Amino acid sequence: MFAYAVRRVLATIPVMAIVALFVFSLLYIAPGDPAAVIAGDQATPQDVERIRASLGLDRPFLIRFGEWVWNILNGDMGVSIFTNLPVTTMIQQRIEPTVSLMVLTLCLAVSIAVPMGVIAAWKQGSWIDRAVMGFAVLGFSVPVFVVGYVLAYIFALELDWLPVQGYTAFREGFFPWLENLILPAIALGGVYIALIARITRATMLEVLQQDYIRTARAKGAGQRNILFLHALKNAAVPIVTVIGIGIALLIGGAVVTESVFAIPGLGRLTVDAILRRDYPVIQGVVLLFSFVYVLVNLLIDLAYTLFDPRIRY
Amino acid sequence: MAEPLLVVENLQTHFRTPDGINRAVDGVSFHVNAGETVAIVGESGCGKSVTSMSILRLIPEPPGKIAGSIRFQGKDLLKLSEPEMRAIRGNEISMIFQEPMTSLNPVLNIGRQIGETLRLHQGLSARDAEAKAVEMLKLVGIPEPGRRVREYPHQLSGGMRQRVMIAIALACNPKLLIADEPTTALDVTIQAQILELMRGLKNTVGAAIVLITHDLGVVAEVAERVVVMYAGKKVEEAPVVELFNTPRHPYTQGLLGSMPKLGSSLTGTETRLAEIPGLVPSLKQKIPGCVFASRCPHATDLCVKVAPALEEKAPRHVAACHYALKEGAIAA
Amino acid sequence: MSSAVLSSAPPQEVAAAPPMGDVLPPVKPKRGLIGFIRRNPTMAIGGFLLLLMVGIAVFAPLLWTVDPTALAPARRTREPSAMYWFGTDMLGRDVYSRVLYGARISLIVGFSVAFFASVIGLTIGLVSGYVRWADSIIMRIMDGMMSIPSILLAIALMALTRGSVQNVILAITIAEIPRVSRLVRGVVLSLREQPYVDAAVAAGSRTPRIILRHILPNTLAPITVQATYVCGAAMITEAILSFIGAGTPPIIPSWGNIMAEGRALWQVKPYIVFFPAVFLSITVLAINLLGDGLRDALDPRMAKRV
Repeated sequence: MFAYAVRRVLATIPVMAIVALFVFSLLYIAPGDPAAVIAGDQATPQDVERIRASLGLDRPFLIRFGEWVWNILNGDMGVSIFTNLPVTTMIQQRIEPTVSLMVLTLCLAVSIAVPMGVIAAWKQGSWIDRAVMGFAVLGFSVPVFVVGYVLAYIFALELDWLPVQGYTAFREGFFPWLENLILPAIALGGVYIALIARITRATMLEVLQQDYIRTARAKGAGQRNILFLHALKNAAVPIVTVIGIGIALLIGGAVVTESVFAIPGLGRLTVDAILRRDYPVIQGVVLLFSFVYVLVNLLIDLAYTLFDPRIRY
Repeated sequence: MAEPLLVVENLQTHFRTPDGINRAVDGVSFHVNAGETVAIVGESGCGKSVTSMSILRLIPEPPGKIAGSIRFQGKDLLKLSEPEMRAIRGNEISMIFQEPMTSLNPVLNIGRQIGETLRLHQGLSARDAEAKAVEMLKLVGIPEPGRRVREYPHQLSGGMRQRVMIAIALACNPKLLIADEPTTALDVTIQAQILELMRGLKNTVGAAIVLITHDLGVVAEVAERVVVMYAGKKVEEAPVVELFNTPRHPYTQGLLGSMPKLGSSLTGTETRLAEIPGLVPSLKQKIPGCVFASRCPHATDLCVKVAPALEEKAPRHVAACHYALKEGAIAA
Repeated sequence: MSSAVLSSAPPQEVAAAPPMGDVLPPVKPKRGLIGFIRRNPTMAIGGFLLLLMVGIAVFAPLLWTVDPTALAPARRTREPSAMYWFGTDMLGRDVYSRVLYGARISLIVGFSVAFFASVIGLTIGLVSGYVRWADSIIMRIMDGMMSIPSILLAIALMALTRGSVQNVILAITIAEIPRVSRLVRGVVLSLREQPYVDAAVAAGSRTPRIILRHILPNTLAPITVQATYVCGAAMITEAILSFIGAGTPPIIPSWGNIMAEGRALWQVKPYIVFFPAVFLSITVLAINLLGDGLRDALDPRMAKRV
């Protein structure tokens, strides 16, 4: 088990290296002159040269990449072209709202979606199953910012139950924090809930066909016991895997959700950086998100043994 | 005389499918006395497994639908509520399935799976249930029960898993045990051990057994009475010796003819195994006449047109065939 | 065993079994168009809605629209009315006309990304699934790319190029390729183990021929289904890119752009965001329904699942 964990951790290093290489080389594979694009239309040739030098585009690719990786390993992600602040500082200032939003969404989504999928599978073909599947396909089809606006319009503007926009730090109290985040979390959770509910339903349908479920029924086990103990524990591995993969959706969605609800997080930072073509910041945020994503999925991989005794490394 | 332990009357289990109604079981009646072993035999797809699942109401409804009556100790199981039915399953009637490899839950340990019935029906605590599970494992002949109880199904062999299934089924001392092809998936040597175990336990526990099988060898070894099913219907029923000696229904004769006999030479032409030609008819079509007519060597126009009733051809021996003679009648 | 217990003469009186009734009502299979719709309701609804949207996109000039880019400061932010069905935006442009023309951009982006991502993903997947030494390299690269959330990848790519429809298509395609190639590779790997492929190899067929004759046809069903999902996802990504200002140039009336322009006013003039949102959602819904229906129809084993 331990040996496997070590091997699995080591195996993520090449993946992370490729992510880093990819994020870095975007500057080079982009069509046209990135320095000119970043400098903008009103830039003088001197501006373009200055940006070219600050991005290191005037030096050989491999040397520049080596430097960049070395700096990142030393905690230096470069300096923003626009604010001249270190990228790491800017990320630190913006990380709390994003982590709050994503953790809340994750908890909310899993606790809604898994029971939804389980019940849909149990009542396969019934109106409740159709409703869950209908909701799931809607969740995939309605963009996150549309959900955000609809929710904000109904619950904040019309009903005036919740604030329209903004963020309150967690240290200022749980309820103010929750009040600001609940709408964004529901909006962001839509696709994620759809994804988890669908995989839960599909896996449960398969598991419920299994002979051991019939055995459990023949023993006189009750429906809830069968669904949530006998079946769900067997369905856990695929569900947990999808929860991990789906974090990519949360990350992408957070960028948009934070814009809709004016949450000063990493997503806002990304959008602002794009509008200013502040490439070091974009690189830094993309790299950070990707690493978090890889790490979360690594942890999930290692957690499989908790759910299935057949998986032994 | 008191009513038998189980009386199945006119059982019909039908399934709705996209291209018609599958009449898996269509009008089957039989009974089981306390402590008796009754075998239900027939080819795969004849409805014997569906019959056994119908008794415990394990058929999903919809797409299935069970009709008729199943009286167990005087109560009609088909009229019970689901919670009342749950109190019977695994407690008064329990079941062993064909596939020991897949019938145990892979993510729960053995002790928990045996203990579950005890906790459900006898309200034992987790610890007492586990202690009882160890006892049950010892009873079904599993070595080192104290260690095995913490193991998972994938760590056991097929024969061991079937022993665990038996332990689960017998944990609450059921009055009726339904065994659906309990030995089919096992090696021949293991089969014999499991049959031996079942026979021994039947005597200690005193449960009646409904044994579902296609293996006439198994029937001869353990059953007292045999019900022969074909295409969703009962075609013959008789005490085991009587059935083997004087099968009255051509289908039963075919079944017995297709069984190799010990001691006969395999090279002789006369001992060639007989086979029943043709295929089981689709259960989605209504057959006006005898269900076996399409494969029966003796079938006539009458058989195709009129379905034969079950008639007592000899004492305690019924068969559904126009041409099966009653005892004492003179063959023409 | 003899048939001594059987008589060859008909019995004197026939004992007929009582007839058995059915316990379920009869089932009649439906045929024709009605039958198709009844059996594949999702595909039918999805296909109908998608055809409707394609019709709107193609015939936008004929559907009582005006020039979607015509500015008219005098009639800014009018509420929806008989004159301006969906109202006007902050520059006085007719939202109805912009939304109808916007269907063109969304559909072009969706279909193009689905097409290019499928073709490129198919090629990469086939090579990766069939050429052992290339597989590990290609899949490590795909793993790396898949570790970057696809919207972020598209955003990062767009940040470095000038906004244009072509660049949006390119950026989203690059972001979608890894998933398609992984899917194809998986299919190829499982097909390689099939006996008929072994038989073809044993019979001396060359690799390109095996790929063309045996592997490729079997990847088409899953890749078609995947292409519909990619199409829907691409349309949403396009809208998101435009919405945050990294997509098509603002002058082009794409649904994302219309919503981006309506953003500032959404609390007072919600209809500017509302109408393109509804159209976008219905279109993506149609495509996803079509994809679900296709999957159920093409893969009966998967039917009624995910």
